Amino acid sequence: MADNHKRAGRLDEATRTETVGHEWDGIEELNTPLPRWWLWTFYACIVFAIGYCIAYPAWPMLARGTEGMLGWTSRGELDKEMKQAADARARTVAALADMPIEELARHPELMRAAVAGGAAAFRINCVQCHGVGAAGFKGFPNLNDDDWLWGGDLKAIETTLIHGIRQPGDAATRQSAMPAFGADGLLPPEQIEQVADHVLSLSGKSRPSTAGARVFADNCAVCHGPAGQGSRQFGAPDLTDPIWLDGGSRAEVIAQITRPHMGVMPAWAGRLDPVTIRMLAAYVHSLGGGEEAPAAMPASAPPAVPAP
Amino acid sequence: MPTIVERHKTLEKNITLLGLCSLLVVAIGGIVEIAPLFWIDNTIERVEGVRPYTPLEQAGRDIYVREGCYTCHSQMIRPFRDEVERYGHYSLAAESMYDHPFQWGSKRTGPDLARVGGRYSDSWHVQHLKDPQSVVPESVMPSYGFLAERDLDVPDVAANLTALRRVGVPYTDRDIGRALADLNAQADPEADAGDLAARYPRAQVRDFDGDPKRVTEMDALVAYLQVLGTMVDVNAAAAQEKLATEKGR
Repeated sequence: MADNHKRAGRLDEATRTETVGHEWDGIEELNTPLPRWWLWTFYACIVFAIGYCIAYPAWPMLARGTEGMLGWTSRGELDKEMKQAADARARTVAALADMPIEELARHPELMRAAVAGGAAAFRINCVQCHGVGAAGFKGFPNLNDDDWLWGGDLKAIETTLIHGIRQPGDAATRQSAMPAFGADGLLPPEQIEQVADHVLSLSGKSRPSTAGARVFADNCAVCHGPAGQGSRQFGAPDLTDPIWLDGGSRAEVIAQITRPHMGVMPAWAGRLDPVTIRMLAAYVHSLGGGEEAPAAMPASAPPAVPAP
Repeated sequence: MPTIVERHKTLEKNITLLGLCSLLVVAIGGIVEIAPLFWIDNTIERVEGVRPYTPLEQAGRDIYVREGCYTCHSQMIRPFRDEVERYGHYSLAAESMYDHPFQWGSKRTGPDLARVGGRYSDSWHVQHLKDPQSVVPESVMPSYGFLAERDLDVPDVAANLTALRRVGVPYTDRDIGRALADLNAQADPEADAGDLAARYPRAQVRDFDGDPKRVTEMDALVAYLQVLGTMVDVNAAAAQEKLATEKGR
């Protein structure tokens, strides 16, 4: 080993660089210094790290971490950013928060803002069930048409959003239950088939069945109405139109009577703020099937509405 | 007097010494970064509402882990505006303090699930697990329909809770004693749930999978999904204010 080191520090003739002194069969290793730029970058990083530790939270101590001179926290930063975004929307939000939703139609500019905000919120919260185009899926209603289960004016949509449908734990949720006529043995299978035929005949998909009509009158008319036009009080679908929430084939109608699928929509009150819910109502209303507020509305809304 | 460069050569030429000193440096890094988390007070926020999972939720959690849901879904909403606007309030350390193992994750193929609880109906979850593309056409998630056909079979519920208690989850003796009864009662609205609701505040008792006659793996998984992120009232103004101004973490 000592033999390898005897020539340490010798200058290599070709490059004028010091050798480390290792030598094997005449092959030597150069002790090339680090490039200056690299070395200075390295020192600069050390200096930066010291500054960073002083300015930002860095070192965990006994009870808590160091806070840093700038007082920066990731959560504080987010809070600031969220407040900034909220400030940008503040005027619209304040106007929407103060206004009863029925009034919205009379303020087109505000309505446009609400619909735009609702469209954004819809894409985050609603598309999973109602689809990106709000066309729904089997069992999840299409929101583009004018066939409403629980009401399609702004106020009704807002109420549905706030309390949900059959939401467990919400006292004011929209509630109804269709009996499981088949599974619970309320009707024998042949009567279920008859009434299914009658239901399909309402929209011209089957020939009328007198027996089915009788079963319908005794069992179904209470909620779906004598003519099968449905009832919004119970969220009972209109059976006379060609729109089928759970499928319109004979087998699907029989399945629905036998063991009904009853949709559940979450209550959004605790999850979204009231203004976002209002925007969503405006958006859903704007999709095409939105209805006017019922005419019998008493004029109890506050008369003075601040201009947006 | 040899220079520091000369002395450093001693280290470079002695492999044992180099190994020991490397270990020392790495150990310091580990001690400074990891060890304080165990004694610093504000590692886990003091928030109201976090409770251990009910036996049914815990069973669902075990299925979640068994099926490898974590390979595509994280359970950690980071404090950035894009994440908060999409998934809800950022996750708190306290919310996963009874998770063994935690499901945070840093890779998402599907969406984050930290606050999925209450966001969709039970029947949506069931339909989505059976046939994801029926409600999310662009989804690449595989079908988990078999969960609805398999009875929930947990060999020893009490033993699971006991094991969790040993690693710090505060299950009481009564929780462990009634573990099996609790598990079955939570999935059956007709059954007598006893003091389940008192021991597990805000526990949701109902039939989750749409088949009230039996308790399936689907019941357990949906019960678990429906509790995710719902224990702490994160949207309370006071909590928001406090978290935003807290320093030294």
